[in-house]
Amino acid sequence: MNLLDPQGPVAAANSTILVDSVFIMLAIVVPTIFAILAFAFWFRASNTKARFQPGFVYSGRVEMVVWAIPALTVILLGGVAWIGSHQLDPAAPVPGTGSPVRIQAVSLDWKWLFIYPDQRIATVNTLTVPAGAELNFQLTSSSVMNTFFIPQLGSMIYTMNGMVTRLNLRADNEGKLKGMSAHFSGDGFPDMMFDVNVISPLSFPDWVATTAKTDAVLNEESYKKLMQQGIEKGKPTYRLEDPRLFNLIATQHIPPGPGPELMSDAGRPHSGGHDAR
Amino acid sequence: MPAAPTVEAMMLGKLDWSAIPFDQPIPLIAGGVVLAGILAVLIWVVVKGHLPYLWHEWITSVDHKRIGVMYILLASMMLLRGGSDAIMMRIQQAIAYQSQGYLPPEHYNQIFSAHGTIMIFFVAMPFVIGLMNLIVPLQLGVRDVAFPTLNSVGFWLTATGALLVNLSLVIGEFARTGWLAFPPLSELSYSPGVGVDYYAWSLQISGVGTLVAGINLVTTVLKLRTKGMNYLRMPMFCWTTLASNLLIVAAFPILTATLAMLLLDRYLGFHFFTNEAGGNVMMFMNLIWAWGHPEVYILVLPAFGIFSEVVSTFSGKALFGYRSMVLATMAICVISFMVWLHHFFTMGAGPDVNAIFGIASMIIAVPTGVKIYNWLFTMYGGRIRFATPMLWAVGFMVTFIIGGLTGVLVAVPPADFMLHNSMFLVAHFHNVIIGGVLFGAFAGFEYWFPKAFGFRLDERWGKLAFWFTFSGFYITFVPLYVAGMLGMTRRMQHYDVAEWRPWMIVAAIGMAVLSIGVICQIMQLVVSIRNREALRDRTGDPWDGRSLEWATSSPPPVFNFAFHPDVRGEDAYWDMKIAAQQQSLEHEEPEYHDIEMPRNSPTGFVCAFFATIMGFALIWHIWWLVILGSLGAFATFVVFAWRDHDEYVIPAAEVAAIDRVNLEERRNLVSMAGAI
Amino acid sequence: MSMTATVGRAHADPHHIGVVVEHPGPAPKRTVTAYGFWVFLLSDIVMFSCFFAAYAVLVSQTADGPKGSEIFEQRNVAIETVCLLLSSFTCGMASIAADVRNRFWFYLGMTVTCVLGLIFLAIEFREFADLVSRGYGPSRSAFLSAFFSLVGCHGLHVSAGVLWLLTMMAQVFAKGFRADVLRRMMCFALFWHALDIIWVGVFSVVYLLGSGV
Repeated sequence: MNLLDPQGPVAAANSTILVDSVFIMLAIVVPTIFAILAFAFWFRASNTKARFQPGFVYSGRVEMVVWAIPALTVILLGGVAWIGSHQLDPAAPVPGTGSPVRIQAVSLDWKWLFIYPDQRIATVNTLTVPAGAELNFQLTSSSVMNTFFIPQLGSMIYTMNGMVTRLNLRADNEGKLKGMSAHFSGDGFPDMMFDVNVISPLSFPDWVATTAKTDAVLNEESYKKLMQQGIEKGKPTYRLEDPRLFNLIATQHIPPGPGPELMSDAGRPHSGGHDAR
Repeated sequence: MPAAPTVEAMMLGKLDWSAIPFDQPIPLIAGGVVLAGILAVLIWVVVKGHLPYLWHEWITSVDHKRIGVMYILLASMMLLRGGSDAIMMRIQQAIAYQSQGYLPPEHYNQIFSAHGTIMIFFVAMPFVIGLMNLIVPLQLGVRDVAFPTLNSVGFWLTATGALLVNLSLVIGEFARTGWLAFPPLSELSYSPGVGVDYYAWSLQISGVGTLVAGINLVTTVLKLRTKGMNYLRMPMFCWTTLASNLLIVAAFPILTATLAMLLLDRYLGFHFFTNEAGGNVMMFMNLIWAWGHPEVYILVLPAFGIFSEVVSTFSGKALFGYRSMVLATMAICVISFMVWLHHFFTMGAGPDVNAIFGIASMIIAVPTGVKIYNWLFTMYGGRIRFATPMLWAVGFMVTFIIGGLTGVLVAVPPADFMLHNSMFLVAHFHNVIIGGVLFGAFAGFEYWFPKAFGFRLDERWGKLAFWFTFSGFYITFVPLYVAGMLGMTRRMQHYDVAEWRPWMIVAAIGMAVLSIGVICQIMQLVVSIRNREALRDRTGDPWDGRSLEWATSSPPPVFNFAFHPDVRGEDAYWDMKIAAQQQSLEHEEPEYHDIEMPRNSPTGFVCAFFATIMGFALIWHIWWLVILGSLGAFATFVVFAWRDHDEYVIPAAEVAAIDRVNLEERRNLVSMAGAI
Repeated sequence: MSMTATVGRAHADPHHIGVVVEHPGPAPKRTVTAYGFWVFLLSDIVMFSCFFAAYAVLVSQTADGPKGSEIFEQRNVAIETVCLLLSSFTCGMASIAADVRNRFWFYLGMTVTCVLGLIFLAIEFREFADLVSRGYGPSRSAFLSAFFSLVGCHGLHVSAGVLWLLTMMAQVFAKGFRADVLRRMMCFALFWHALDIIWVGVFSVVYLLGSGV
């Protein structure tokens, strides 16, 4: 999950900016640290060779330099930030080969639901995408806030109930990646990691066809069951009954997920059994 | 609330035996040990007959020095509590690879929430406020703060907050929502327990205390300065105190309002931040960070002030670029209110907004960088003595620059898109808070301890403490930086990613080294108290200091100065020393006057007593007790207002007797210095 | 090293040119108290501004409940405003009376202020009770939550002010116009006027702007 081993253009750009910024700052920081240690060492009280200058308490030139150095660094980095923010706006499209894949992600307590409205399928805790295609995410939450993050694809974004956030990504290489929620959301939070399978664009339709044959159906009823608090160890897949399901969730036509009152013991995070309430 | 209105429910609210975690050994034992410790101390105090002394000299004291010491004592005790939480977290993450570790999620989640809350509100805040209380009136050359009794109220309310947080260990639970309790997770539907209520009420109560302290110190700096203490002659620590307390006054009401909204949601079914009925969680994020970001500077600015004093004193030079430093301080004070959005770049605001707030955040790095360079040039041409405070200062400068680097890095929105909420971020803010605030607090502690107690701290243990803490810090947090670069996010109770594990183990080892540092610090205190006669500071000026706190004896008399010192320039006391040497030390016996000082008052303690009751009753919905508590608090104020004598007089003869001893020691010191 | 170093004593800063006005020393107690209380009022206004901000954010979030224009009664608000503005005037009278140590005018001014404050509170309480009884309580919608908290927070301040006012009268009765009592009276007057200013904000932002929507 190394951030410096990006598997898509967004992550690559993010990490380039990250590395560039570090180097810009290191150019200032390293000499400064060196100077601190050198001055501290040379001007130690026991060093008789060092010249004691108690009157050296002001110098216009020094002041100008010490305001200018950080200011110039910030101007440079500010430019990086401005350009980077615009180029890497999560909502900006990321062109890819083939037709874009629309994915609607819903963070549930405590699992991820991925709805493919065009393919009429849905998966839990596994995200399967074709390599090279633009991935067009719409995200919301069934209950509390979460953050959708696939480190090696870049740019995380919050999911919030009653709101839709947007994110565009692209995965360039086939393989298995990991995704997660990067915002604490309750007791089952650490189990919100999910698998990302990047498969070849040619086998993607096959995967869709196989998944569409699943018996389980995702509709309002089964969604309400799914959104109850609990951890999903398996990786269920669904046929999507109504492609508007995501809108129903995001517009709160399906009310927000219940809290712990309805929590059943099965699938509950490991617990000492006590609940002070 | 559908609870049946039984007598029990009326009397005890939500409280019953299930609130005490009999089946969870860790908090129960921890709570039991703490309770036993408190009881033991209480019994010892009563049996030894120290209770009247404690009551008259400390608990009811309105002396800013005593209150400052009590703040620091509170902070130190809470540092041990918050540190224990940290140790438990590090151990959990070191062993919870593909397993549940030893802490179940509901316990682990309480621990990281409590750790953050305690470290910020009950360690860092009281530590810096304590140092400001202790030193600022002395540096300004005055006899007390603007509102001595309120000062005591402020301290005791802070202590109330700390008490409530610790009470949650044994009665009920603490919040499981992180230290800022983001809704909707912190709303009643997702956190129905009393944890969030403990969190919110303890912060509300201690927040009032902090606000009082802030108002008090702002007024003190602006309105109570000795003759000739113009603004541009104030020691740097006074400037940073002013900036930090202005921030408190402007920012803490935001916290109060935000938590009030959350509490209204939870208690009365309001809809500020709920998912339902149009509540808006993004508003919470904006409000809480509009307080939260200035809070960071509330903590670190006083630390900057401490380092300015320390670097200047131990380099034997005046602070380089004093005016530049003042400007930088005030710039930070203002800009810190304009950067709050950088805490949630990933919420989906547009690129313009993100970029503007990112750049604003970087701009803060400019005055901060200037400060580093000015300290650097203060050392240049100096004659640096590496006493323990100076070690902390140099350690700080190196560490803080690295923290600044990573801070500016996460202020670049595209970089933050990958680093937000990661272990990298965790490492970053520990880098600046430990490397900045905590190092500063320790430096200030070592530097001003002789002033407060009249004897120096043992240097050998102090240096050991520094080296262990310094290296422990790096061994703990460099691995967290790496883990963040490996995609690890914060607050994971367990994980299945093999590449994270080694770094968690190293971090746990680092935590052990850090703990040794803390033990050394405790040893230093023990050893120094034992050798206090050898370490005694008779001159009041153990470090060859430059500002007015060194112009009086150690510890200072209750009235601080027999005369308001007359200040003629920066580094007031340094000038006095030079002048005294030049004038061959012949002083006439000055004419002493009676001094009026504020009387002790139990108002603060009684107020906090009622606040504790009220807070506890509110948390458990025991409404009659809430009413009783608020009536008690009001009555306390009325009784206080009814006092006929709020001052007492120290007769001139007594002032003279105290001051002559001090003058004598000081003349010896100056003549010795003159002889050399 | 090509740095220009100034020689001499620590404060030989080249900026020290011209006459420096020496600070005269600690301010008198009355100034200090008033100043500190001002700082407190500023912080209180910051707190209010958060509730104002929350109101502005949530004003359109009615969750199919009533809008402002459907529930605000201009007549009541006008009476409330008049009461509060008048009370500020009478409070000012009481302050002047305290400064010249005239007990009669002091008690009269304070009593009228108290009565006006109570009328204000009574009207506000009736408005709240009426809304709640119609099912438009604060838990009806985010807009009503924000409305009740903003107006209620001001109401709570006025209630605290009334309590303080009565305590002040009792103090003057028991202790006379002592220096510390006068200082407290000055703070009380500042507080009461500040509440007035905040009410002007509430009146404009909530009731005037709100009834148009």
